[in-house]
Amino acid sequence: MMLAMGRRLKAIECFLRRWVSSRPDPELTALRYNVKRGSYAVPNDTHVAFFEKLLGPGGVITDSQECDAYNVDWLKIVKGSSRLVLRPRSTEEVSAVLRYCDERRLALCPQSGNTSLVGGSVPVFDEIVLSMRLMDRIIHTDELAGVVVCEAGCVLQRLDEHLSGRDLMMPIDLGAKGSCLIGGNVSTNAGGLRLLRYGNLHGNVLGLEAVMANGNVIDCLNTLKKDNTGYHLKHLFIGSEGTLGVVTKLAIQCPNLPKAINVAFLGLRDFKKVLETYRLAKGELSEILSSCEMMDRVSMDIAEQALGLKNPLASENDFYMLIETSGSQLSHDEEKVKAFLEKVMELGIVDDGTVTSDPSKIQKIWEVRERLAEAMSKEHYLFKYDISLPLSEFYSIVAVLKDHLKDCDVRYITGFGHLGDGNLHVQVLTSDYDAKVNARLEPFIFEYTSKMRGSISAEHGIGFKKAKFLRYSKDESAIELMRNMKRAMDPNGILNPYKVFT
Amino acid sequence: MARVLVGIKRVIDYAVKIRVKSDKSGVVVDGVKHSMNPFDEIAIEEAVRMKEKKLAKEVIAVSCGPTASQETIRTALAMGADKGIHVEISGNEAEFLQPIHVSKILAKLAQDEKVDLIIVGKQAIDDDCNQTAQMTGGVLGWPTATFCSKIEHGQNELTVTREIDGGLEVVKVKTPAVLSADLRLNEPRYATLPNIMKAKKKPVKKISPKDLGIDITPRIQIISVEDPPVRQAGSILPDVDTLISKLKEGGHL
Repeated sequence: MMLAMGRRLKAIECFLRRWVSSRPDPELTALRYNVKRGSYAVPNDTHVAFFEKLLGPGGVITDSQECDAYNVDWLKIVKGSSRLVLRPRSTEEVSAVLRYCDERRLALCPQSGNTSLVGGSVPVFDEIVLSMRLMDRIIHTDELAGVVVCEAGCVLQRLDEHLSGRDLMMPIDLGAKGSCLIGGNVSTNAGGLRLLRYGNLHGNVLGLEAVMANGNVIDCLNTLKKDNTGYHLKHLFIGSEGTLGVVTKLAIQCPNLPKAINVAFLGLRDFKKVLETYRLAKGELSEILSSCEMMDRVSMDIAEQALGLKNPLASENDFYMLIETSGSQLSHDEEKVKAFLEKVMELGIVDDGTVTSDPSKIQKIWEVRERLAEAMSKEHYLFKYDISLPLSEFYSIVAVLKDHLKDCDVRYITGFGHLGDGNLHVQVLTSDYDAKVNARLEPFIFEYTSKMRGSISAEHGIGFKKAKFLRYSKDESAIELMRNMKRAMDPNGILNPYKVFT
Repeated sequence: MARVLVGIKRVIDYAVKIRVKSDKSGVVVDGVKHSMNPFDEIAIEEAVRMKEKKLAKEVIAVSCGPTASQETIRTALAMGADKGIHVEISGNEAEFLQPIHVSKILAKLAQDEKVDLIIVGKQAIDDDCNQTAQMTGGVLGWPTATFCSKIEHGQNELTVTREIDGGLEVVKVKTPAVLSADLRLNEPRYATLPNIMKAKKKPVKKISPKDLGIDITPRIQIISVEDPPVRQAGSILPDVDTLISKLKEGGHL
């Protein structure tokens, strides 16, 4: 009974957990980061009256307390001061809002689930928040072709649940799945836990509908796997973080739900062994390998302390790996997984481990990995970096940072991430925001990453936090073309200002 | 040192969404992922910890069910049980197998194996019966402590903390005894890779209810299995006034 009830409460719990944080709101972004407001109009009562008429009851929020839920990001590192939140219910309403704002030079901050990790989803000043939450209709599911067409405000987990009843699943999965919206995922080209197997959203979004700054609706809502006609405009809206347009509808390619999933959780001595295990996993598990994640000892310790999660292994290890396989036949997969695990144990590469195909245990093991960001931000200020590095240099950054910050008041430095994608999340935890640590870290970490020919943002995007460091991963020639595109598509610069570009 | 027998049941994994068969005769089990009843996992964990503390000499895991129940027994062996007994019951018969049958089987095995302690989960998450421990105690005439959240070992007696509605109750039972494990008794371990491999070599004895002289003729007939009623979706109201008028409309104010 208790367990059945637990299942029902899970969704609510997930949501609450993400919002209950013991830390107070951060100071205003404009002050902390010394930003200058753009020459935009200030929203006034006339504007509010127009929006109230346009969007009807429930479509406009002006209560300052309610607005603050839209002003502060999930990590509590940035805070805007918007006093106007709009909640459109259709593409037509989004279009009318944008046209009105463009004509009056009112700045907008499009917001989905507000789970950005780079301060991309909240206003910096008084930008009007355009919340996509009410646009949450699932329009059509083609079970044979494996395509779902939906509005941008659908919660990722809800889409996954909708599809699982049809033996399909979303090609993307991430820790914030219970809160994040698919439109936000696409606008930021979010990566996540299934990328290793299914690729990123540029490949999985078949088509989309977006609204440009001037209110024009761009219909690229193709649902075909192959459509090689003209410019592939959908890509302009995937990963441009709401600076070129607002995504309103999507067609997404959905793989079949795997019939068999195995998860192994392994304990290892050093990072070299982690890489050896990855190499063997690729070879031995090849087509059924669906995730290869790693985390260090400190990450595990924090997950245990902050959230009371259980380390699946009784032993303490310097590194942990989570390896998942997905396939169509359990006995076939289990045989492969078994052979792989026997090999890594016999070779002495892996010191301890467990493996399971029980869905409840799989869920619990994944929870440890998925809730790391939450665990770390619960009691600490988080300097969070999401970088791609060549695998040979993958973890050395943690040692480099430890040395570089040795005279700073730092609680922990941790590393975990999507090893299989060459994507590491590096965290520096302090008791509160520390300007000295900030100055020591930035641009140091970006210079280092650039020198290693890595990327300063592997999957979280640029947002507000990394805008001034874009040049460490993009050549000036590319940034110039980006600027020209921005000017062409949003000449008044009303869409998500202060983000991506400086 | 005690010999401990643990009853474990193979049930649909609690993370799986349950689907009712279209003819309402039961729930869909084919191709659905099963695992060990979570309360039985707690029972196994407790027995294995007894062994690790040298309070138990041998832990025997017993499961009554179809061939696939052997996987559940392997899981128990990987967690640290010493041997398994699979009481084979065909899938069709297993559907009608009740606590009364299982408790007679466990009682008979307990006598054959000369055990001093039987631990089972307080209930199975599929039928929610919560009867097996009680009836096993009844068949054997052994003291029975249900809903254990703490077990302390004394000389030929156990001090057991039970979870009851009003809080916690502490009782003493003489061994041999029957115990049922509640949620907070312990947190079961994950089987380690070396133990998973070792478990494949541990003995599992196959036996039939007939061998034990136990009649498992169904005593119940399932008339209909139905989905719980679908909850009505909530709605978001624009303001307090609308809320009040809605409450009045519904006669709640």
